Amino acid sequence: MRKRKLTPKQVLGHVTRYAALLLILVAILGPYIVMAVTSLTPKAELAAAGASLIPSALTLDAYFELVTTTPFLNYLGNSLHVALMAVPLTLVCATGAAIALSRFEFLGRRQIMTALILAQMLPAVLLVLSLQGQLNVMGLLDNKFGLALVHAAFATPFATWLLKGFLDGIPRELEESGSIDGASTWQIIRLLLMPLLLPGMVAAGTYAFILTWNEFLYALTFTASPATRTLPVGLQLFIGEYQIRWDLLTAGGVLSVLPVVAGFLLVQRRLVAGLAAGAVKG
Amino acid sequence: MLAGKQPTRARKKMGRRGYEPYVLLAPAIILILVFAGYPLVRSIWMAFNKVSAFTGEMAFVGFDNFVAITQAPDFWGNLGRTGMWVGGAVSLQLLGGLVLALLINTKFPLRGVYRGLVMVPWATPSVLVALMWKWLLDPNNGIISKALRGVGLADRPVEFLSDPAMALPTLIVIDAWQGIPLFTVMILAALQGVSEDHKEAAATDGCGPVGVFRHVVLPAIIPTILITVLLRIIWTANYVDLIFILTGGGPGVSSTTLALQSYLTAYKATNFGQGAAYSVLQAAILVIFVVMYLRLTARNEAQR
Repeated sequence: MRKRKLTPKQVLGHVTRYAALLLILVAILGPYIVMAVTSLTPKAELAAAGASLIPSALTLDAYFELVTTTPFLNYLGNSLHVALMAVPLTLVCATGAAIALSRFEFLGRRQIMTALILAQMLPAVLLVLSLQGQLNVMGLLDNKFGLALVHAAFATPFATWLLKGFLDGIPRELEESGSIDGASTWQIIRLLLMPLLLPGMVAAGTYAFILTWNEFLYALTFTASPATRTLPVGLQLFIGEYQIRWDLLTAGGVLSVLPVVAGFLLVQRRLVAGLAAGAVKG
Repeated sequence: MLAGKQPTRARKKMGRRGYEPYVLLAPAIILILVFAGYPLVRSIWMAFNKVSAFTGEMAFVGFDNFVAITQAPDFWGNLGRTGMWVGGAVSLQLLGGLVLALLINTKFPLRGVYRGLVMVPWATPSVLVALMWKWLLDPNNGIISKALRGVGLADRPVEFLSDPAMALPTLIVIDAWQGIPLFTVMILAALQGVSEDHKEAAATDGCGPVGVFRHVVLPAIIPTILITVLLRIIWTANYVDLIFILTGGGPGVSSTTLALQSYLTAYKATNFGQGAAYSVLQAAILVIFVVMYLRLTARNEAQR
């Protein structure tokens, strides 16, 4: 690292660049900060003066009221329950498909890859119309397992791409030596490939989790009772119900965004790389 | 990531003629066929049928649903608003994403953390995006309306979402806020593939920063930009969450798009046939972009 003397012009360039970066960060994170501050503002102050960045006092009252007087925890539980089914389902489907597409040459391989790309572009608004009737016939309407199946089908194409990209980056020498040693294809997959694939599966699983946790349209249409409604649907109902109780609404918002943001930040690097590669390479 | 770059040799794979790949693929294919493939075909078929609101029974009516929706009084308005929604949101996302990616692509402390934080809106539920912005934009108590009045830019509460002239533009800005991170990440990935040598060569040949960008950087990232734009056009056209939650398409029809009209026709007016027709019509228009996308990705694949 050489140290060079900066000309005044370069200094000015640096200053504007940092100012721009800071400004953008504020624009991106500002809404979250306002939400968090509002959720901690006493409700009397909120009612009298509206939003403020520096409340006179901080309180957790809204959170207590949210969990004790509304079905919020119930919705949170439903979301977790759906995710606990949808994420493993997605991983089973996507891992198998990714291994097949990355490691085997077979009839129909190209067509399946194209179909996976197309599946990512299907309009939910169109599918939702017949899925409702279909789930009804299958006895899976207003049912958490039914919603998990739909979410898994929705997440599988991209999760497959993510894992296939990951697998393409793992050298094949190990498997080749395995097959020379007389291991069967299934043994190679189970003993050699799966352990190496684990980090990729964490990223794909997090993607599936974010998708199912956030998904709104299917959840809104396929759930009709407090026993099945997921968080996004519950929050949307709250927006209608608690129009003037912004302390409650923002408290609910903070609690529902925490799990996804935490999960995302944990696997951010790999997921972002996968996102970029997934769309660019198709 | 390097070993995968020798596809011809690497295709020497396990189980050349085996049944194994089909077994491995089966769960994914069954799941996608049952919960995406079949419903897709059935929804398209629905568009050509009169669907009974109560029993769900279908009766074939040919193109009647399409004739009915194109003759509906709001049809051309909805189509125009869809164009505005998609065009406005995608171009804002492209512009914002490009600027932000160029900024992040320089060296500065904590760049990794910054890149992660910038992506947070992508992982945020659309309902929550709607909730946060509804509060920020609240005419009486919201921060933005108060700030505008504070600095004298407005003399009364600003009705961002309940003024017919402002509802759609406001929604477009919110969608751009949510969508810029993904654009940034895509462009950033492409920027990191631009060779430093080429940039330096162009600079020594007398190109200024703008010249380097135009002649070296831009040509290298154009394929990524095109592909991302096409994907975004398709996704944004079909995206209804924000509009549904924040305005429900109103006031009046001032923020109704074709995709939203499809959902409202099916679920508010319980006319599934016409609801499907709106979506099928839009999908027929979007097929152009899908074909362009497939061609571009195939060409990119061939070049590597």
